[in-house]
Amino acid sequence: MTGEHVNGKNVGKVVLYALSTCGWCEKTKQLLRTTGIAFDFIYVDLLEGVEQDDAMDIVERWNPHGSFPTLVINDRKSIVGFREKEIREALGL
Amino acid sequence: MIFEGLLETEVEKLYQTLNREAEAGGYHLNPDIEFTKNLVRGLMKNEQRYGYRSCPCRLASGKRAEDLDIICPCYYRDPDITEYGACYCSLYVNNPIKAGEQLVFPVPERRPPRSRRLTVGTARTATAIPQPVLAFPVWRCKVCGYLCAREQPPDVCPICKVTKDRFERFI
Repeated sequence: MTGEHVNGKNVGKVVLYALSTCGWCEKTKQLLRTTGIAFDFIYVDLLEGVEQDDAMDIVERWNPHGSFPTLVINDRKSIVGFREKEIREALGL
Repeated sequence: MIFEGLLETEVEKLYQTLNREAEAGGYHLNPDIEFTKNLVRGLMKNEQRYGYRSCPCRLASGKRAEDLDIICPCYYRDPDITEYGACYCSLYVNNPIKAGEQLVFPVPERRPPRSRRLTVGTARTATAIPQPVLAFPVWRCKVCGYLCAREQPPDVCPICKVTKDRFERFI
């Protein structure tokens, strides 16, 4: 399993780029779960080859450091790191 | 998080070892034990899949030579603890955080991005420094800064226990 869609209230396209071993990524995912919104998450470390390169290209477009977690909201805004207040505000929660 | 196939007895053992070594070297593990044990599980998983304990919060390449800087403890731990009170993944923290007087907050990534990684660090090599005449070269541990003057770096850093390949020629 390299990622999945989490069902919930639709607030637009919300994609979390994460690592399967990262504690801060996990906290961010749990935060999104508690808000009850719909989102997708992708474990970039579990992708291989071209798939992983493509995912990294997207992450770096939003976050030049290519670090995790990177949350991309509606292809307009990104939040890097577990920043609860910023994430809630950006999602209008 | 996905941690299949890790034995809890092994997780506990590694946690205890890291804690003991940290305290012996003047470092502290994050006091949030559940969070910290998840980082330990991440290290174990990375050791399983890559062959070395790379940072659980960074994407490893799978090539040890390219990931020497992010093998735990990473080259960025000490400057991050000095500046932010914790290392990037927060496995290691300073005294106030250990004592619960200060909270951990997200530490910005200090590692250069992929595109700049190969060139960074080569600018300041020993060859760029005027070479005094010494009986022995001086080697520096890139994790803890330990210096020693001898023909070759030690197999294991006597201070922070990292391996020989994480030393650089200093003088």
